[in-house]
This record gives sequence, C-alpha cells and structure tokens, in this order.
Amino acid sequence: MRAEPDGMERLPVFLRNVRIGFGGRAIQDEMTFTIEDGEFIAVLGPNGAGKTTLLKLLLGLVQPETGEVRIFGRKPRRGNPEIGYAPQFRTLDTNFAVRARDLVGFGLDGHRWGPGFPSRKRRMLVDQVLEEVRASEYADVAVGELSGGEKQRLSLAQVLIANPGLVLLDEPLASLDIASAHEIISLVGRLCVSRKVAVMLVTHDINPLLQHVNRVLYLANGRCAIGSPETVITRETLSSLYNHPVDVVEAMGKKFVLGVET
Amino acid sequence: MLDSIIALYHFQFIQNALLSGMFIAVDAAVVGYFLIGGGYTFAGHALPNIGFAGAAGAVLFGVKPVYGLFAITILAGAAMSIGGRELRERDVSIGVVKSFAMGLGLMFLALYGGYAERVYSILFGTVLGISRNDVILTGLMCLASVCLVLFMFRPLLFVTFDPFVAEAKGVPVGLITLLFMVVVALTVSLAVQVVGALLVFAMLVGPGATATRLTHRPGRAILLAALLGVAYMFAGVTLAGLSGDWPVSFFIASISFLVYMPVRIFYRGKQMRRVASPGEIHGHMPQGLVNTRDKWKKTEVQC
Repeated sequence: MRAEPDGMERLPVFLRNVRIGFGGRAIQDEMTFTIEDGEFIAVLGPNGAGKTTLLKLLLGLVQPETGEVRIFGRKPRRGNPEIGYAPQFRTLDTNFAVRARDLVGFGLDGHRWGPGFPSRKRRMLVDQVLEEVRASEYADVAVGELSGGEKQRLSLAQVLIANPGLVLLDEPLASLDIASAHEIISLVGRLCVSRKVAVMLVTHDINPLLQHVNRVLYLANGRCAIGSPETVITRETLSSLYNHPVDVVEAMGKKFVLGVET
Repeated sequence: MLDSIIALYHFQFIQNALLSGMFIAVDAAVVGYFLIGGGYTFAGHALPNIGFAGAAGAVLFGVKPVYGLFAITILAGAAMSIGGRELRERDVSIGVVKSFAMGLGLMFLALYGGYAERVYSILFGTVLGISRNDVILTGLMCLASVCLVLFMFRPLLFVTFDPFVAEAKGVPVGLITLLFMVVVALTVSLAVQVVGALLVFAMLVGPGATATRLTHRPGRAILLAALLGVAYMFAGVTLAGLSGDWPVSFFIASISFLVYMPVRIFYRGKQMRRVASPGEIHGHMPQGLVNTRDKWKKTEVQC
C-alpha cells in the first residue's frame, strides 16, 4: 500500500528541507529530521515558533512551501488513520451531554456514516482502551464532570482506539497539576514501549519529561534542533538556535533556560 | 372530563393537529439535541424570526407565505453554516442578521397595509387549521429530516462535541454543518406553522434541554427528547381543545417551561460523579480497578 517504501522514508516521520510559512512569513525553514517507531519526542519552543503548525503539517492540514514530508512513507493527508491527534483546545469543559466512553468511541467510528448500532465488539474495544489508560472507572461519567488529568487520559484513549503508529499530543500537560502531569507522562512513556507507537508531545516545560523522552525537538527563531535533552538543551545549541546568548542552568535535577521567553 | 377528551379526539381538525404536531415534535427534538450540544441554540432562535421576514415578504408580493418562509429560512440556515465557527463572533453576526430580517418583515407588513392575518399565523402558529394533505406533507418532510440526521448521526455527533479532532480525522466538517443547518431550517419552517415563529424555541430546544439534563447518553437523550416533545404537543393540543379559546402555543410553551425549570434546578449534571478512589489520590493504579470492571460486566450493554 505504501508508496516507495525505501529506507528512511518508511519511518513514522520523515522531513527533508521543509519550509513552512504563514501569511508570507517563514515559520520554519530547512526542517530536516526523522522520527522512529516507538520514539517519545518532546516538542519545545517559544510561542509562535511553529509547534502547532508542525503538527498540522504532519496531519495534512497545512501544506509545506518547499521540501519533502513523509508519514510512514506517504504524503501527509487529512484523516490519515495512521496518525492519532489530540489538539490543545477542545470544547469538553462544559460538556455534560456525552459520556467518557462516547468520546472515546468517536475515535473508533465517529467518521463513519450511519447511526452505528451498539455491538459487543465495539464495547469491548472501548473498554479495553479505557483500561489501557486506566480510565475504566469513569467510563460512564459525563465528560464535563472529569478533571483535567482524567480528560487527558480520555484524549489518549480516543487516539489509541484507532491504533495509530504516530501520536501527536498538543500541550497535553497545560493546566494540569504536577502529579497529574507525571501520570500522563509515564502513561505515554509506557505506551511508546508497549505499542511501539511514536509520540510527539508539545510542551512548554521539559523538566517533568526529562527522564522519559528519547529526544527533544526544539523549535525557535525559524530553525530547529533535535537530539537528546543533554545535547539540545545546552548553552551552545540554544544560543546558536536563538542567535543570541542563552544560558542553561541546572538545579535540583531540572534544567532552566535563561535569556529567552519560553 | 375523560368523555370530553375522547369527544375532542373525534374532531378531524384535532386529529390533524395531533398528527402533524407529533411528527414535528419528534423532528424538532432530534434536531434540538444537536443544536444544544453544538452551542447553536441562538441560531435556532434566530431562524424562525428570519423566516418571518420571508413570509411577510411573500404576502406583500402575493405569494403563499409558506414559500417565503421555507426559502428564506433554508437560505439563512445554509449561510449560518458557512459563517465562522468562532462562537461569539457567530452569535453576533446571527443577531445582526436576525434584527435586519425582522426589520424587513415589519416593513413588508407596513407596505402591505391590509390586516395580514396569514402573517399573524406565522408568528403564533395555526396548528388547529391544518388540512389532511398538509399533515401528510409535514409527516414526509419530518421523516426526511430525521432520516438525514440518522444517516449522518456519527459524524454529526463527532463534529458537534469534538470539532477539532473531527476535522483532523478527515470528517467533512463543512459539509456536515451545512447539511445539518438545512435540516434545522426545514424543521424550523415546519414547526413555525404549528407553534409560530415566536415559540419555535419551546419545541426545538425545550425537550432536548430537559433530556440532556436527565441522561448523559446521546441515544437515550434523543429518544427522551422526542418522547417529551410528543407529550408536550399532545397535552398542549388537548388542553387547548378543552379550554376552547386558549391557544395551543401557549400551552406548549408553558409545559415546556414548567418541565424544564425543576429539572434545571434539581439536576445540575453533577449527580452521578463518584468519589475519587484512594489509588487515584496517590497517583498510581487504583486498587479497585478489577472490581470496577467486574461490576460493569454485570450491567447491561450501554452505548
């Protein structure tokens, strides 16, 4: 099925010399990197650096101005079943009309026509994935009643039920307390291993993720750097990325980037 | 009392009112559920008022008001689906268009000069003046609307409650919204003839609003809304028939209100929330997980 499956191009994400712009302005120039199966990648960078736009590029919602993009060897396209996506902004807060399991069910067959009659198999699939993210307990609770961390688990379940090879999570840790953030991160880390799914997680704070991610993709100033946190979040790399002096301070096992807005 | 009710049901015009009212009640309840879910209720309020302008214009130009009503309402519904998805912006635009339309309607009436009884009936409904042919026509159109909603049930639910993910999943959000708004406009046009433009809201949103307070399951909520709608209609027509000169629309709007208020007060949607388990508080896997699972195995299939 996949076109020209040749070496690197078959990877979950393959970008070569990609330029993305918005209204004539280049957001990212010359993006070149690949992401492998089962990798857990944190996507970092200041506001407006193109983190969300990068995700939209992979989802086929934004077109590259130049360069080559491949998702599992194929061009990005809307509705790609190999990608699972949880957006940053959702309208779940005041939603009392659907239950947790309904929301998860959208990920399975929400795009299909027809009324969709309940079946034992469908219910089993929903139950399984709810158990996988440890959300079984509130399967029948209205979505609007759940806490931020619980909603993030549901987002994950909704993504996973479609069995994607690549998962894009846009700021899943925003507005979570530290304990909930740690739970979500270790859950995602386990899923990368157990499902061999590649995850790109957009975040503002790398610290809770330091022990879990394989690599960091740092976007800033129209350019990007990718590598282990030890190599990317350094004075040298970030200073050259931002093109002005940036310092990285380590204290209490955490990294703090000084001299920029993050 | 019972005798007079049974006698009432022997009148053909009461039968016609009940039949067409029931068809419309089911259609309006199904549509209303999604209007509420998607935050489109203001559109449901504005559409009949815009339709009123169409009806008044039709009277002025010597066309049947119903044609003007359908044409303008459907046009406005389609336009709303294309207009922005940003909620606040959208409601402002709809409000501006709505008041413009009502102004136009008023001008058409002024230009017409004569006593526009047919326009008055657009505003307040004429459920007791429906012919058998109209009943059949109404029934067919309601059936078509409900079938279209059933056909797009899953993507419509997805777009209504989780639009950003739906778009990324490749659901044709624009097409679904357009089709849905046309169904809304059609339903509004039908309902206007029964309860009138000013009271459509009572049928469109009343039953659905009550039902979503009582259950979190989409399928059940829609069924419950349809049942409530039919019950309101039945009670409204019967009470109006018994009272003689009190209008049907008054009873329907009042019943819709009287049922909604206590439900709104006593069911805040927080009733079913369980207490957090100790495991959750400590941030690891809840101990009671296996038991919880066994508990559901015994419960019926719920989807």
